[in-house]
Amino acid sequence: MELNLDITEGPKVHLKKEVLYDTLVIGGGPAGLNTALYAKRKGLNVGVITERLGGQVMDTSTVENYLGYESMTGEGLVNKFIGHVQNLQVPILKEVRVEKLDKDGDIHQVHLKNGEVYQSRTLVLATGSKPRKLGIPGEKEFSGKGVAYCAICDGPFFEGLDVVIAGGGNTAVESAIDLAKIAARVDLVHRSQFRADQVLIDQLKNYDNIHIHLDTQMQEIMGEAMVNGIKVLDRNTGEESIMNTNGIFVEIGYLPNSDAFKEYVQINDRREIIVDAFGRTNVDGVFAAGDITTIPYKQIITSAGDGAKVALAVNDYLNTHARIEAPQKVVAK
Amino acid sequence: MALLNDEIREQLSGFFKGMKEDVTLAVFTKKEACETCKEAESFMQEIETLSDKIHLEAYDFDTHQDKAKEFGVTLTPSIVLLDGEKKHQGVKFNGIPGGHEVNSFIKGIMEVSGALDSLPESQQERLKKITKPVNIKVFVTLGCPHCPGAVEKAHKLALENPNIDAEMIEAQTFGEVSNKFNVSSVPKVVINDEFEFVGNQPLDTFLEEIEKTQ
Ligand SMILES: Cc1cc2nc3c(=O)[nH]c(=O)nc-3n(C[C@H](O)[C@H](O)[C@H](O)COP(=O)(O)OP(=O)(O)OC[C@H]3O[C@@H](n4cnc5c(N)ncnc54)[C@H](O)[C@@H]3O)c2cc1C
Repeated sequence: MELNLDITEGPKVHLKKEVLYDTLVIGGGPAGLNTALYAKRKGLNVGVITERLGGQVMDTSTVENYLGYESMTGEGLVNKFIGHVQNLQVPILKEVRVEKLDKDGDIHQVHLKNGEVYQSRTLVLATGSKPRKLGIPGEKEFSGKGVAYCAICDGPFFEGLDVVIAGGGNTAVESAIDLAKIAARVDLVHRSQFRADQVLIDQLKNYDNIHIHLDTQMQEIMGEAMVNGIKVLDRNTGEESIMNTNGIFVEIGYLPNSDAFKEYVQINDRREIIVDAFGRTNVDGVFAAGDITTIPYKQIITSAGDGAKVALAVNDYLNTHARIEAPQKVVAK
Repeated sequence: MALLNDEIREQLSGFFKGMKEDVTLAVFTKKEACETCKEAESFMQEIETLSDKIHLEAYDFDTHQDKAKEFGVTLTPSIVLLDGEKKHQGVKFNGIPGGHEVNSFIKGIMEVSGALDSLPESQQERLKKITKPVNIKVFVTLGCPHCPGAVEKAHKLALENPNIDAEMIEAQTFGEVSNKFNVSSVPKVVINDEFEFVGNQPLDTFLEEIEKTQ
């Protein structure tokens, strides 16, 4: 029996509503965690507010491109990040959702869905991204009924069955390889050519139950109680056909989690928060880091590095701006 | 053979030092037609040795029908966490809580012992209004990293309100039940066998679905 233990001990420090923080980091993935680490070591009063601590790395079976670790489970790697930050006594409020940001004078306020409000001199937005949907008929209807977005979670339900994987990037190719070990047949369908790393594409050859369909567009997901097929269009021949399948794993990239901030900071048409080389947004004192930003390429190491840079930029900002004092009503208790 | 290695044993015993009251693990197994019962029982025996505050009560499902009924046990193996007065608080695990699910199990033991994180007032207010019985089933697979989060929330709600009963169901061990509820993505949450959603959603989503049953 395997155990993936993930208890993070250490003295618990709590985030406090009555404290005016130097910086509050929203999001607990690699970007947010490294921001917290660097900010704390600069002596800033920092806290982290996040929904799922660890971020997308928790959903990654193995990571093989983080410098210093040749191969590591996603969870193992991110637990090291979390442990490092917690040992520095940074308060982390997890399993909560930030719904809105606003301003009271020079103080930024973070509103949670549960009604709580926290305050800070600066903010770092690091809420990463979530799986992109196909946006075709049948996807919503059959979500959880054969349409899935997490191969390591839902793979076991397709033992001995046929699955289709949508996508041509690293995640799609990795999922195809993982699922080929469980499913009877795997069809990898992508609307253009592969974007995945060549080392991964080469591995596909080792599995004779993986069938590759490039330049193929998915058009509609079909089924009754559960998925039973998908309508596809061959873009070279213009021919439409139906593939029979029991499940569809959608691995077509990621969408930034910027909904909660779109009225506060400027975002682009891809929903990324627009930042400059220092991670500054258009709002004074508000920064962003990692997958959520306009910075190209979304990886664990780039997000973590971005977090470090932004923490240093926040520190410079606080050093060069007149220190905002907490108004009376905040400190009075 | 020991299931826990020395490193994990040490980590867990350190963690269990934070327990407040005693907790009893009531384990229901069957002699026949239960592939994972033996392993579940030996896993629980090992957990018992990690703290003086943890006790084990092993029940044979067929000969202890009364106990099974009292705790609402219908599947085997099943583990019910009982509080310091050996009362059922609505915290149940059907199937071995291994893989990622060990985390919700450990958290469950801590919470049943009284080492609780408190809920925000707004959610407590909503919970007070739940007066009719609610059953929450959370289907999981052991390789699913965000399933423990959903199980912990369901159990948390059960601990906060005596009308709520919550159970983890390991979907691969209990294929028949999973099929009945068309489980093909996890975590899948089913409330009173009627309302359902997929994913480790925020506590407010759990509350919204629960409120539909009232
Ligand atoms: C299946 C998969 C495999 C991958 N494999 C690799 C790999 O092998 N190597 C690699 O380098 N990269 C890989 N990536 C990409 C990598 O995981 C991301 O680039 C990286 O995690 C981004 O970090 P981040 O901190 O910017 O955001 P995230 O990791 O997305 O973290 C964002 C955090 O913000 C929280 N959040 C979101 N919205 C809110 C809100 N409104 N309120 C509060 N909190 C919120 C989330 O819960 C989460 O904790 C993979 C991604 C996936 C999904």
